[in-house]
Amino acid sequence: MEWLISLVIAVLTASGVYLTLRARVFPVVLGLTLMAYGVNLFLFAMGRLTIGQPAIIDSAATVYSDPLPQALVLTAIVIAFGMTAFLIVLALKACGELGNDHVDGLPLAEDKLPAGKSRVGETHNPIDKSQRQADRQ
Amino acid sequence: MTHLAAWPVLLPLIAGVIVLFARAGGVQLQRMLNLLAVSGLVVLSIALVKVSQAGTNEVYLAGNWQAPFGIVLVLDQLSALMVAITSMLALAALVYAIATDTDKKGAHFHVLFQLIIFGLNGAFLTGDVFNLFVFFEVLLLASYGLLLHGGGRLRTRAGLHYVIINLLGATLFLFAVGALYGVLGTLNIADMALRVASLPQGEVGVVAAAGLLLLLVFAIKAAMFPLYLWLPAAYTHTSAAVAALFAIMTKVGVYAIIRVHGTVFGADAGVLAGYYMPWILGLGLITLMMAAFGVMAARGLREQVAYLVLASVATLLVAVGLNTPMALSAGLYYLIHSTLIAGGMFLLADMISRGRGRFEDRFESGYAVPGIILVGGMFMFAAVAMTGMPPLSGFIGKVLILNASLDHLWSSLILSVVLVAGFMMIVSMARSGSLLFYQVIPANEVNHSANGKVGTTAEINATGEPLNRISMLAVIALFMASPMLVLFAQPITAFTESAARQQYDNKGYIESVMSTQPLQERSE
Repeated sequence: MEWLISLVIAVLTASGVYLTLRARVFPVVLGLTLMAYGVNLFLFAMGRLTIGQPAIIDSAATVYSDPLPQALVLTAIVIAFGMTAFLIVLALKACGELGNDHVDGLPLAEDKLPAGKSRVGETHNPIDKSQRQADRQ
Repeated sequence: MTHLAAWPVLLPLIAGVIVLFARAGGVQLQRMLNLLAVSGLVVLSIALVKVSQAGTNEVYLAGNWQAPFGIVLVLDQLSALMVAITSMLALAALVYAIATDTDKKGAHFHVLFQLIIFGLNGAFLTGDVFNLFVFFEVLLLASYGLLLHGGGRLRTRAGLHYVIINLLGATLFLFAVGALYGVLGTLNIADMALRVASLPQGEVGVVAAAGLLLLLVFAIKAAMFPLYLWLPAAYTHTSAAVAALFAIMTKVGVYAIIRVHGTVFGADAGVLAGYYMPWILGLGLITLMMAAFGVMAARGLREQVAYLVLASVATLLVAVGLNTPMALSAGLYYLIHSTLIAGGMFLLADMISRGRGRFEDRFESGYAVPGIILVGGMFMFAAVAMTGMPPLSGFIGKVLILNASLDHLWSSLILSVVLVAGFMMIVSMARSGSLLFYQVIPANEVNHSANGKVGTTAEINATGEPLNRISMLAVIALFMASPMLVLFAQPITAFTESAARQQYDNKGYIESVMSTQPLQERSE
């Protein structure tokens, strides 16, 4: 069983890392989720693998499984769940505001301006101006 | 056992819930409650510093479970100091946010504000690594909300990067915690230190790797090279009050390194004693150089201040990496100074940006800021303090750190890097100051374009806001910390020295955590 669970953790984490390094937000979210699954299994395995042992006090039991990693995994699952939900909403917001789902929001024209070029006095584009006003606040 | 150590954690949590329900009573009620809670926290934290000065560790057993079976909160001089700095910074940031109506730009500003303090204080007080993870997540989730508060395109993009890198950090944190638990079988910091001291030879490698993984996580928080790239964008694009509060966020990472690594891999850890220190010192020096380059290359004042924050964290990392009580004490002095001044600097940069109208904080000649003499004078004051020139506290902090580095093997390298970086920062601050305050567009030239009407600078400056007195007060209050740190340098360094000694006294920490007995039930 050990080789199976270590293989699962390895595959989940490796796919997670690969997806996290992609340039689009959606694969990144998936990658973070896969890594969270991987780390949850890892935490669980750190309490040593046992089968059919109780985690809380039982008068009939002689051997127990470690309850602490189970508590840790529960906490980690809840936190990862909340964070993923937040990230998805943020990704949607970014997609709406930046006009695409690239992590850097690149294809917008304003970002392609050379660094030294100033945009002061640029009034021909009213949308651009209101955008900048919004960015300032 | 007293309940003292639990109060700085409980107060913001309770206040956060109350402020959430006070939403029905309007924003004014929320403001009042929030101000009340943060002022109460300032008073409480000063009282805690007084209590901690006795030099004992105040241990609180959560749920009355004895360590290491339950979670402990530990109040010592270091954590009391961090809590005190947080509350003072938070008070100034809150006053500024209220004065500039930042809190009206979105929902739940005040709730998130209390929750981030809850997370920060929890992280400073906890004596358990997993609990530290939970408090990190609490403060990060609140910081995501605050960072994005008010919205805007650039802010969303910077926020996305910030959230993703911190989620990665959380995953790595869990890997490190899991690996440490798998070998040591405990997550209580004091207990971990005991287990590491008697570690079998075969397991040293795993623990060393897990410890470095944990260092990586804290390095993301502390913005250590090469993991600092998220910081300038996030701090530049968020609202000023939030950026000022975030001046403490990087310090949380440094604190976690001092507390967790300093205790678990302290002097008694055998082969692992201080094995992570060269990493901190080396990477801290590289971070300092990169930050100095960033300060020179910045295109706007807020970006420049963000890099100055990075430089102050790097200096702090160097002080920690020297690994002596003397250097740590100097670092703590520098920490008080840099956190408060950097917070004030973000507020001042925002004030300048508002006053310059459409020129904002970009480095190009524009209209004069309303109240230019006062604002310019304050900018110069802050620049002197931040770059470490005499007579202000930045100078004393740097002298103390450099003095502590003289006995170190790398002393010539440390001296040259810190001094060269300081020089680069002085040059670029002088340049940006003269650009913002001396090369102003003359009033009559502006008149020409503004319908030929004659008026004062402030009137012509239609898009620039007039000086806001209350927000000015918040900035001045933060900057006053610098002369105070100079005037009371003796008692403050005495305190930081005793805090550093207490941190290096691992046996005392372990002893007080492990020996604290749960309260007995009262007999009838």
